Amino acid sequence: MTHLTRIDAMNDARLAVAASVRDAILPTDAPVKIAARDLNFWYDRFHAVKHINLEVPEKRVTALIGPSGCGKSTLLRVFNRIYALYPKLEAKGEVLLDGENILDPKYPMNRLRSKVGMVFQKPVPFPMTIYENVAYGIRHHEKLNKADLDARVELALRQAALWDEVKDKLKESGLGLSGGQQQRLCIARAVALKPDVLLLDEPTSALDPISTSRIEQLVEELKRDFTIMIVTHNMQQAARVSDYTAFMYLGDLVEHGATEQIFSNPVKQQTEDYITGRFG
Amino acid sequence: MNNHIVKSYDDEQRVLLDELIRMGHMSVAQLEAALDVVERRDDKAAERVIGNDDAIDALEQQVNHDVIRLIRRGPLAGDLRVILAALRVASDIERIGDLAANIAKRSMALNLAPPLPHTRGLDALGRMAARQVREVLEAYVQRDGEAALRVRASDAELDTLYTGLFRELLTYMMEDARAITPCTHLLFMAKNLERIGDHATNIAENVWFLIHGEELMPPRDKRDESSTTVV
Repeated sequence: MTHLTRIDAMNDARLAVAASVRDAILPTDAPVKIAARDLNFWYDRFHAVKHINLEVPEKRVTALIGPSGCGKSTLLRVFNRIYALYPKLEAKGEVLLDGENILDPKYPMNRLRSKVGMVFQKPVPFPMTIYENVAYGIRHHEKLNKADLDARVELALRQAALWDEVKDKLKESGLGLSGGQQQRLCIARAVALKPDVLLLDEPTSALDPISTSRIEQLVEELKRDFTIMIVTHNMQQAARVSDYTAFMYLGDLVEHGATEQIFSNPVKQQTEDYITGRFG
Repeated sequence: MNNHIVKSYDDEQRVLLDELIRMGHMSVAQLEAALDVVERRDDKAAERVIGNDDAIDALEQQVNHDVIRLIRRGPLAGDLRVILAALRVASDIERIGDLAANIAKRSMALNLAPPLPHTRGLDALGRMAARQVREVLEAYVQRDGEAALRVRASDAELDTLYTGLFRELLTYMMEDARAITPCTHLLFMAKNLERIGDHATNIAENVWFLIHGEELMPPRDKRDESSTTVV
């Protein structure tokens, strides 16, 4: 290699590094999976979510952070219309899932439930066997023969990184599992329906550090197949697992951007003060 | 740099900054002392300067220790930049201390030969380098990005002065072969001072990073032409 080509190669390497840094900071070209358009939400008279505009890229992890009561869990719940189960709750604006407004009363709830899965803070397995916990939802949506159902249950448990731990006790109660295993069972139950989107509402807040790491590893694997939104109070967790982060405060979306940018150089002072532990 | 909900976080950051300021002031004092011992041909004082360098090294270790303690808190955003900048600034200050001690060490070699008239240019270069370090430390303490930019820009003057001294010393060596040994030491001493200017520039860039969260700064003027100079 001549000196000149070596210098050219070094320049190329330098440019490649610069480009990779830029890519890490700037949003990617992943298509938008969910888009909130001027979204508002009221608990009776309390305006909990205010004029939110947010685009969630497909097959990426978007973290929602903010102090208690900022509206992040509410926002997550609007994304699967779970609020519709309760009276006096009202959403206005649009939530477009693949371009279709899921807040439109004509949007079929069954379709929404199969497209958007949710996992809550506390693992809540059904009081039935491990197998039935996963098979239950599948049966509700599809008619499968025994072999196909078995295969689907196994796939979901494998996707949730639980299969090896439970394959010999599928007939035992889901309630007998440890907290971390129960949470992964809930994730298996959610992914069993082959949703497009997974909403995780503080999925590790009730778990020990090892179980938390397992769930975080799982999130990394699941984003290959699913668009994930995760609400977390743990800033380090948001920094570790997400590609994008949205910071909410008092119902407003204060800042939304690439996680690397939000956690190293946020634009808004409020974001900086919150993530560095100065208020909240 | 303050107002964390956890007050001890503020305290730990303050201690870190205090240590860095102390380190910085010590490195400037060392540099000025080194320039004095060259001027005064004082071997005893030179030995003291060399010995003092240990104190700066020890402070750097303390900074590293405190940084590790702060990292355990899981710093993010501005707090993360405080830590990164502190580590890098400490390392630059430590190098400045080493270079100052090396000037003192070489002054002892110079003292083995009769006095040379050429040390005046070195002193001017050294005073300018010391000013650069002092100003950049002030910019660091005050978090003044514009002041940091000014220090960075003025490195070109230091480079120009260094290139001039380089040519001058080469000329002396060509005129009189007996000047080769002391002039070679003077060349290394001048190079040390030019390097100190580069460390001041590094610190300036870290001040910028600390404030703005960006590594990139506007391109700077480089005027050290000694690498390509022939006389």
